[in-house]
Amino acid sequence: MKELLIGKLTWESLPHQWWTIAGSLSFIFLGLIVAGILTYTKRWKWLWNEWLTSVDPKKIGIMYFIAGGGMLLRGGLDAVMLWLQQALSSGDSHGYLNAQHFQEIFTAHGNIMVFFVAMAFIFGLINYIVPLQIGARDLASPLMNTLGFWLFVGGIVMVNMFFFFGGEYAATGWLAVQPLAGAEFSPGAGVDYWVWSLMISGIGTTLGAINFIMTILKMRAPGMTLMKMPLFTWGSLYSMVMALTIFPLLSMTLFLVYFDRALGTHFFTTMGGGDPMLYTNLIWMWGHPEVYVLVIPAYGLFSEVVSTFSRKPIASYTSAVVGMFGVASLALSVWLHHFFTMGAGANVNAFFGVMTTFVAIPTAVLVFNWIATMYGGRIRFETPMLWFLGFGFVFALGGISGVMLAVPPVDFQLHNSLFLVAHFHSTVIGGVLFGIFCAISYWWPKFTGFRLNERLGRYAFWAWIIGFNLSFIPMYILGFMGASRRLDHYDAETGWQPLFILMFIGGLVIMLGVALQLAQIIASFIEKKRLRTNNDPWDGRSLEWAAASPPSFYNFTTIPHAATRDAYWAIKKSHNRKTQYEDIHMPKSTGVGIYISLFATLASFAFVWHIIWLIVVSILGIIVTFIVRAFDENTEYTIPAAKVKKMEEARAKKEKAGPAIENNDYDEDMGLWELIKVILGFILGLLRNRGWRRWRA
Amino acid sequence: MVPLVADFALLLWLFLRGKNIALFNPKGYIAQQQYTLMLWVVYVLLMIGIPSLVLFYYIAWKYRETSPKAVVTLHHRRSKALVPVMWIIPSIFGLIIAGYLIPATHKLAPQKEIEASVDSMRIQVISLRWKWLFLYPEEGVASVNFVQIPENRPVTFEMTADEAPMGSFWIPNLGGQLYTMTKHVNRLNLMAETRGDYPGSTPEITGPGFTGQKFTARVSSQAEFDSWVSATESSGVVLSMDEYEGLVEPSQNNPKAFYAGYDEDLYATVIAKYNQPGTGHIHTEAKTEEESDEGHSHTH
Repeated sequence: MKELLIGKLTWESLPHQWWTIAGSLSFIFLGLIVAGILTYTKRWKWLWNEWLTSVDPKKIGIMYFIAGGGMLLRGGLDAVMLWLQQALSSGDSHGYLNAQHFQEIFTAHGNIMVFFVAMAFIFGLINYIVPLQIGARDLASPLMNTLGFWLFVGGIVMVNMFFFFGGEYAATGWLAVQPLAGAEFSPGAGVDYWVWSLMISGIGTTLGAINFIMTILKMRAPGMTLMKMPLFTWGSLYSMVMALTIFPLLSMTLFLVYFDRALGTHFFTTMGGGDPMLYTNLIWMWGHPEVYVLVIPAYGLFSEVVSTFSRKPIASYTSAVVGMFGVASLALSVWLHHFFTMGAGANVNAFFGVMTTFVAIPTAVLVFNWIATMYGGRIRFETPMLWFLGFGFVFALGGISGVMLAVPPVDFQLHNSLFLVAHFHSTVIGGVLFGIFCAISYWWPKFTGFRLNERLGRYAFWAWIIGFNLSFIPMYILGFMGASRRLDHYDAETGWQPLFILMFIGGLVIMLGVALQLAQIIASFIEKKRLRTNNDPWDGRSLEWAAASPPSFYNFTTIPHAATRDAYWAIKKSHNRKTQYEDIHMPKSTGVGIYISLFATLASFAFVWHIIWLIVVSILGIIVTFIVRAFDENTEYTIPAAKVKKMEEARAKKEKAGPAIENNDYDEDMGLWELIKVILGFILGLLRNRGWRRWRA
Repeated sequence: MVPLVADFALLLWLFLRGKNIALFNPKGYIAQQQYTLMLWVVYVLLMIGIPSLVLFYYIAWKYRETSPKAVVTLHHRRSKALVPVMWIIPSIFGLIIAGYLIPATHKLAPQKEIEASVDSMRIQVISLRWKWLFLYPEEGVASVNFVQIPENRPVTFEMTADEAPMGSFWIPNLGGQLYTMTKHVNRLNLMAETRGDYPGSTPEITGPGFTGQKFTARVSSQAEFDSWVSATESSGVVLSMDEYEGLVEPSQNNPKAFYAGYDEDLYATVIAKYNQPGTGHIHTEAKTEEESDEGHSHTH
């Protein structure tokens, strides 16, 4: 009876370890604070109507950023816990985490950083920027977009649900290696949470990919042929095509994992004819291209930033487009380099090694292209450009170590060591995360209508660069010393501890960078009047700068005509900007995405705990919601031209009231020495103060 | 910038003095070649990487807007040679590495037996939860978390696993790793060249006891190896099938153990266990209890 009602849940499933209690309490407190603020300011209805049910890709983009930012802090906290454990746990000391808990943390850290931070920001940027860049008012399927977003939120809920029910997450590494993640070796609910969290967010990604491919291919402004698209849109198109290729594969693989665990099938088990090697292949066929899904939009973004801040068009547009295509297509045929060590023959290993080496060729072309773009330009070193310059060094480190790992005999020595961990952090932090920071500082004026505080942005940049090197250069060296990844304890005589401590200090410096970034955002909101700017603060080149800042919900009053590449640059030069008002058709807000995702999350929870009635009810709920929505013929509305005119005139009036201020806090030293001075001054001040007091006493 | 980097380098040098940087300290035939190959790859990569990086930052700095020599009028014409050069240079480097990679991969394939004047020896390795069992089929002895091999003699490690997740067998000083899996046998050929004790481990995660799944690889002279074998033979304890069943049970941070003998069919039985279609049903329930006990007992 009990099993029918609540499946495998028991009293022990409720929080009882310190971390589950702390985790669930902090989530509850956070929820209460947000609910309190909403109730006090009477904003529940506003939240539901203006944000949660919105189909506006710009609002969905912002919601992706907020979710991703929250998860960045959550994943960052995991990282600090890992660094601290490894700094402490040498010889007789075993640190403060047991092995199981340590393994759960690094698994969650990997999952959260890749799926719920990097993917969140990349999807947020694509949502916000791509429709603006191609001169569209909305997406091909607005409903699919909100559904994709809410399924992603469902994934976040599932990845954190273990705090409340179950108390354990997968302790298997971020890709849940088989057979370790099978029922035999990981019988708990942790791996099931892993499966279902990735399952629903992965389905959301598939939907998003279909939607953006359709949008980019079918909804471009008149005159914008494919070869006139901005490079960020090109990167997004490649990335989404890759996502559509690989995410269905992930979903199928996850189903098979779940069948093995729940129904006792033998796809990936050691017994009964199953083979874990099959899983290793399937998961990496998805897993390797996945990181390129993240990094290719960043390549496109960097191409635009370097061109904007050098005041030049990209040196070779065709090379950039072909280069990104080269990276994207090669990336689909290199997955085996993740397990050269599984025992394949020399021919197989050599093939995948060569393909991996070849990925470096188009990547190097992209880098040369950026150098050639800077050549002969007039380069402004503002924060977006700083992130680009920081990316250069960190990514070169990741690229060089990557080609080393691509050579199979070398990989036999470096695989699964901390060298490997340092390598992929260099590429993902350097390429993806710095790309995201660059994008946020670049497009922030577009999102809000005011700039970010430049000074704090520079401090944050230098804290990140210094912290990264302090933390990951020792990690490379530890790899050379034979330290494998995922160690919760090591012998004292290995002599690794000073390096692990250095890594922890570097981690703290990175956290200082994160704190400075938070401070930067808060400070910018406080002084937003001073930082106010017009629609085109950087002298931009692509169409998003033609829209207002922040853009009106219909993006463009008149759909611009894109006659050339760098369409907005040409429009600016032509001085021929007359406005014509027209009727605008927009999609209506809808709660369908939330409802379906709610049912999907409930179904996932029921799958984890084997609650059969809930599975049936939730799936029926999904089907019924779909049917009801299918009969709704009234999903769009029209804004008459007269109303558009009125809104535009009101906005223009408001804009005139406060003229845009040119950026004037401009330094040549880019803020590094200033940051050091500020920190040293603070520490000295502290010491002097204390010494003085002691002397007085 | 320069003083910061210099301080950092000095600090690292202080930390690294006298430490075993295993990959730069190869003690075996394979490790030596892998090290040489790695250095070669790094040199080639730095040949393109350092000039590119220098150019990247030099150009960025030279054309800064605040520079007194900043260009006033931008010329957007680009050299016709740009695009071909941009593609050809990295392609050449890619082809050089690829051209070297293919023969090197064949030459250093772990399955390939090493040719030497001495006969090679065979050691069977079983990765268990969470320990390493070594069987010496020619000598008839067995050991746990300890393997002794003679110097300058090729060794073929025949590796599998039993009741354990996929692991990886790695002795960084002697050569690269290979995975150990149930049902399959992976062959790793190594040859040690310098006497000494070297750490070995599984860099692939195998569960809660993974960090403690370590072993020592002792390289000695052939004579010392022979006397070790005869000492182990006379120690008395035999690894019977019953004893082995006990060893298969999960346990953490196991001490070294030595066996004077073992059941001849042991290795074949372990492989065969996973190759019978349809018979191997796993009793998940019983395992659950053992594992959760393990998980909780490992506190400090």
